[in-house]
Amino acid sequence: MPRISPRATQRIAMACVWGGGVITVLILVVVIGYVLVQGIPGLSLDFLLTPPKGGLAGGGGISTVIVSTLYLVGLTTVIVVPIGLGAAIYLAEYAPDNRITRLIRYGVEILAGVPSIVFGLFGFALFVTVLHFNFSILSGALTLACLLLPTMIRTSEEAIKAVPYAHREAALALGATRWQVISKVLLRTALPGIVTAIILCVGRAIEETACLYVTMGGCAAMPRSFLSCGRTLSLHIYYLAMDTRDFAGAMTTGAVLIMTILVINGITNWLSARFQRKMKGAT
Amino acid sequence: MAAYDSAAGKISVRNVNLYYGNFQALRNISLEIPTCAITAIIGPSGCGKSSFIRLLNRMNDIINGARVEGSILLDGINIYDKSVDVVDLRKRVGMVFQKPNPFPMSVFDNIAFGPRQHGRHNRMELQEIVEKSLRQAALWDEVKDKLGQSALALSGGQQQRLCIARVLAVEPEVILMDEPCSALDPLATLKIEDLMRNLAKQYTIVIVTHNMQQAARVSDMAAFFMMEQDRAGVLVEYGPTSELFTNPKDKRTEDYITGRFG
Repeated sequence: MPRISPRATQRIAMACVWGGGVITVLILVVVIGYVLVQGIPGLSLDFLLTPPKGGLAGGGGISTVIVSTLYLVGLTTVIVVPIGLGAAIYLAEYAPDNRITRLIRYGVEILAGVPSIVFGLFGFALFVTVLHFNFSILSGALTLACLLLPTMIRTSEEAIKAVPYAHREAALALGATRWQVISKVLLRTALPGIVTAIILCVGRAIEETACLYVTMGGCAAMPRSFLSCGRTLSLHIYYLAMDTRDFAGAMTTGAVLIMTILVINGITNWLSARFQRKMKGAT
Repeated sequence: MAAYDSAAGKISVRNVNLYYGNFQALRNISLEIPTCAITAIIGPSGCGKSSFIRLLNRMNDIINGARVEGSILLDGINIYDKSVDVVDLRKRVGMVFQKPNPFPMSVFDNIAFGPRQHGRHNRMELQEIVEKSLRQAALWDEVKDKLGQSALALSGGQQQRLCIARVLAVEPEVILMDEPCSALDPLATLKIEDLMRNLAKQYTIVIVTHNMQQAARVSDMAAFFMMEQDRAGVLVEYGPTSELFTNPKDKRTEDYITGRFG
């Protein structure tokens, strides 16, 4: 077999690398572009402000869906942030390096890899059935909280751990108590990272479908309380696409969803860049 | 516990051993640190100088497996006694670290950090403390117009003086300095040394330094530490700086200060 010349190898390698890059960008552009191009024409203030019509024909707007989404995201955040932050502080600052701590970390990692629908089944069994929250925003939020806790914990733990050791030492040497070190130095310095973690969770909460499908009920009515059933934007897309003929409505809802996610990602990137700068300046 | 001996210094270290797990880092250290003077700790790398100075405000407490034997008396009271609150101790015995370590906050918030943690929140009062501390640290004129700016924007030498001002704001009695100039250029070093001489009028200062000229220039008392064969640090010689540098009693001190090892 003739040997391939180094120059040819170089060309082939470059072609593969470039090809990979171009295909990735292309997929991104095509998917997002397609949804936006198909969806944006149907987008109007009216679409955002009227409730869905329901029935086989679909149609109508997404007002109740937006309200359900806000309810769900708000409630989930209120549940996830304090628990997640508490666990992160414990793991970063208090947990001794022993077998139990490693087990907790391992558990958090495993939890992060469990498919969303499995969380959904668990939520259905516990929150919907055993605790009698029925199909409701509350059941959905609790299920979603279980799903998001690993993200919240890991991301904020990293942010807290990234605070230079010298800051802890300096604060302790000034006669600060351990809690003062945590609340006034560590959390304050890690704040942009923690905010990033929260926004990441909000983004995931908006995107999530499978675990909500089996816990939220999916009704299109305006939610009256956290115990009402409801559907989020992603769930609404699923229902429109599968149960109705309103594919255009699904696309428009998809466009709204994508734009929301883009904005949230933008904010996250901006915050983490700020966080990086702050950390670099601190060393 | 031995009765308080009024002839003793501000800090009286008595037969102290320090262990990290099974490793003995310091062996049988005893010395009297005089009040309102600068005591320099010198010696080769790894001889336990930093470990020693960290005993004086119990910063070694945060290291897993660190264990202390013997007693260290601050104004006659053993700081390793169970009744001593380590937070109160660190208010009285402040510390400046090797690398300037301002918090990523404004200059003002850095200086006000200590007083705030100790319950002072009155804005006027804090402003007074900040100005006084910065003046004492010879930094006021350079930063008075940028109190609201990030402390990280200051130069290395300014950051270290900021860290000194931050310690002064807590109104300590003793200031420990762990190689405070090792990350600074010669000019910034001179400024810190001048500052130390001024501060020594009111404060008891203990400084660890690698730089023997620095020890000779600024200190009143000098302690020479060395590592023994098992790597434990011992105190070889302790006395007035002028004597230790011109007329060392121990051959090992003489070898070290004349540059024959270390």
